[in-house]
Amino acid sequence: MNHWHFILGAYGVTLLVVVVEVLAVRARRRAAARTAAASAPAPGARPGTSVRGA
Amino acid sequence: MAFNWFKLSSPASFYPVAGALIPWFAIGAAILAAIGLWLGFGVAPTDFQQGEVYRIIFIHVPSAWLSMFLYVVMAFWGALALGFGTRLSGMMAQAIAPTGALMTFIALWTGSLWGRPTWGTYWAWDARMTSELILLFLYLGIIALRQAIGDPRRADRACAVLSIVGVVNIPIIYFSVKWWNTLHQGASVKLTGSSMETTMLAGMLVMSFAFWFYSIAAVLARLRAIVLERERDAAWVAGLPEVRAAAGGPG
Repeated sequence: MNHWHFILGAYGVTLLVVVVEVLAVRARRRAAARTAAASAPAPGARPGTSVRGA
Repeated sequence: MAFNWFKLSSPASFYPVAGALIPWFAIGAAILAAIGLWLGFGVAPTDFQQGEVYRIIFIHVPSAWLSMFLYVVMAFWGALALGFGTRLSGMMAQAIAPTGALMTFIALWTGSLWGRPTWGTYWAWDARMTSELILLFLYLGIIALRQAIGDPRRADRACAVLSIVGVVNIPIIYFSVKWWNTLHQGASVKLTGSSMETTMLAGMLVMSFAFWFYSIAAVLARLRAIVLERERDAAWVAGLPEVRAAAGGPG
């Protein structure tokens, strides 16, 4: 009564979803950095100010 | 010298702190997981009733604990966002939801695979399993609600209300095995002690800390992405090395 396939299924899927989450977070952060770079305020803007909704 | 904790409630102040903490928690999670798996598979004995399949406990219990705890933490940050209108609180609640949903999914999946050989079924509509499934739907509902609302501050408030209302499900999950006759077993670990064999308990607790560390690292990493998304027009974001690198300038 070892049922190693149940254990492998549990640990394998856990590892898979963790890897997917790590990759998704990394991709999201890279995309956010690209978007922020594209909408960066003009040089000389006051620190801490936002141009959005101004 | 007193440290000004309120300063950290600003996204601009917390962003670098989160970046510095992530590697420590990520490395800590990896080391703890290695130790926990060694204890779980190399040291802990075979269970005399369940055989080897009980070893699913080393991921099932930590993920189930975290699924509930992360929800309470998410509701706490949501309440702060609702009560005080602090931007970072709303972002924190937003960052926690996907990791909480992931932990709930792992708890349900591993519980199902544990249930088949021990109870003879993958699923039963008993109180513990059903309330945990409702928790997954709550997480997914909060994520979907946020996606449906364009204004992030309005989304913060709406998600906070839903998450605070949903907190009522947490004691139901925890006490369901006491309040009703369930297929799911009662708690093996209590504040007063444990009915588990020492090395089994040690492996489970170490894996719990590994899951905890991983969750903190994942939430902080997602929080940094959310800060970049929501503060993208702020001047301080334009000065970040990763944003300058993405713009093609010197990193």
